[in-house]
Amino acid sequence: MGIIREMLSYPFLVRALLGGVMVSLCAALLGVSLVLKRYSMIGDGLSHVSFGALSVAVAVGWQPLWVSIPVVTLAAFWLLRLTENSHIRSDAAIAMISASALAAGIVVTSLTTGMTTDVSSYMFGSILAMSREDVVLSAVLSVIVLCLFVSCYNKLFAITFDESFARATGIRVDFYNTLIAVLTAITIVLGMRMMGAMLISSLVIFPALTAMRLFKSFRGVVVCSGVLSVVCFCIGIVLSYLLSTPAGASIVLVNLAMYGLFSLAAHVCRR
Amino acid sequence: MKPFIVCEHVDLGYENQDAVIDLSLTIDPGDYLCIVGANGSGKSTLIKGLLGLLAPTAGTLTVAEELRRGGIGYLPQQTAAQRDFPATVREVVLSGTLSRRGNRPFYSQSEKRLAKQSMERLGITELEGCCYRELSGGQQQRVLIARALCATEQMLILDEPITGLDPSAIQELYRLIRDLNREDHITIVMVSHDIRSILSQANKILHIQQRMLFFGAAADYEKSAAGKAFLGE
Repeated sequence: MGIIREMLSYPFLVRALLGGVMVSLCAALLGVSLVLKRYSMIGDGLSHVSFGALSVAVAVGWQPLWVSIPVVTLAAFWLLRLTENSHIRSDAAIAMISASALAAGIVVTSLTTGMTTDVSSYMFGSILAMSREDVVLSAVLSVIVLCLFVSCYNKLFAITFDESFARATGIRVDFYNTLIAVLTAITIVLGMRMMGAMLISSLVIFPALTAMRLFKSFRGVVVCSGVLSVVCFCIGIVLSYLLSTPAGASIVLVNLAMYGLFSLAAHVCRR
Repeated sequence: MKPFIVCEHVDLGYENQDAVIDLSLTIDPGDYLCIVGANGSGKSTLIKGLLGLLAPTAGTLTVAEELRRGGIGYLPQQTAAQRDFPATVREVVLSGTLSRRGNRPFYSQSEKRLAKQSMERLGITELEGCCYRELSGGQQQRVLIARALCATEQMLILDEPITGLDPSAIQELYRLIRDLNREDHITIVMVSHDIRSILSQANKILHIQQRMLFFGAAADYEKSAAGKAFLGE
């Protein structure tokens, strides 16, 4: 308890906790849909695009968030659309985009400011990166994602389970897919500051995968992955404070441990 | 009775490339129509047209007002992602009622009742709480038909429902579809490769290869040139 009180006395840690809890909740909820639709790699691709956009924005001197959110949203549209009418296979496209965006970011940075600590914090995340503005944006985002999930829960289930059937029953599938793409893009841009471009995608896929080991209903998976994501995030932050390890990496390892635990539990249950 | 769907010289396709050309057919209430044809012959495109997801590029496709209001139940081809989807049978069947509602966020009592009835009709009530991915292929198809019945009482469109099923499950599925057609008077449109089993079930056959090769009574199909070629005689 003492440690938590000590942590809460630092304003930057409070901001990180608030913003992080909200972003990980959103990432987990959106992640269930993305993982089940076989879009797990999209988070990874988008975070690299976000890195590229951030580096360019910093080099030019623009507000990073206002540049990267539209750029990443565009990339999300393009990637989600690829699976529908594909001339290029979508996994290949994601690999291509990731590498290109990363390369563009690195080249632009080394031409202008050089590889500073700023760039390294984009790559691997920094607990100090959450500004007041980020926390407000995270709060707004998570309210939107939560409202979306509660009010469109049944439609999102139908679309995730069977797009053709949903389309035939008159659900506006494209509208909801677009919505998911935009929200995913914003989640990734926000989460990337803290988790780092290389690690943010784990926030999207891990909770859903872990929850799927044990739960058999869609509702169970959604609720469990939301809870898991927040719990893992908090444990990760505390551990990173105690051991002075980078926050992003600690959170990913806690998620991995949780996945192992759930797999073990599933194995024992089946016996 | 007025026909459910009438196609007159319909062309269907994407981006100036028509997958179906000059198709004319009539689907009456109570029909059991089977669509046969080789891969890539335009069967799936035709299904999209019948469902109203694709507008004809030429000709007229008329859907009866009655059918438009009551909805069409659709059983798409299964995707790989679905086979290991974490969802209970109840969740899947309930999602079939979505077409009947506006923007209310939760299911109403009557929708839950409808789902229950439809599960009873298909004899899957005891599977209600089971996980979809743990069911056999035949049981999964029953769940998807129950879902489709929640969307309609008039017409079911099934796209290759027997893919991946073992022989006994196939026979059971055919019996089930025939019962739905004869006892519950649901109009059936089915795409299938399994022409021999179909001939004893369906009352109408449509054979397409981009253009229409045969449309008529199942009994006449065996005697037609297209039928003989397809049956390998």
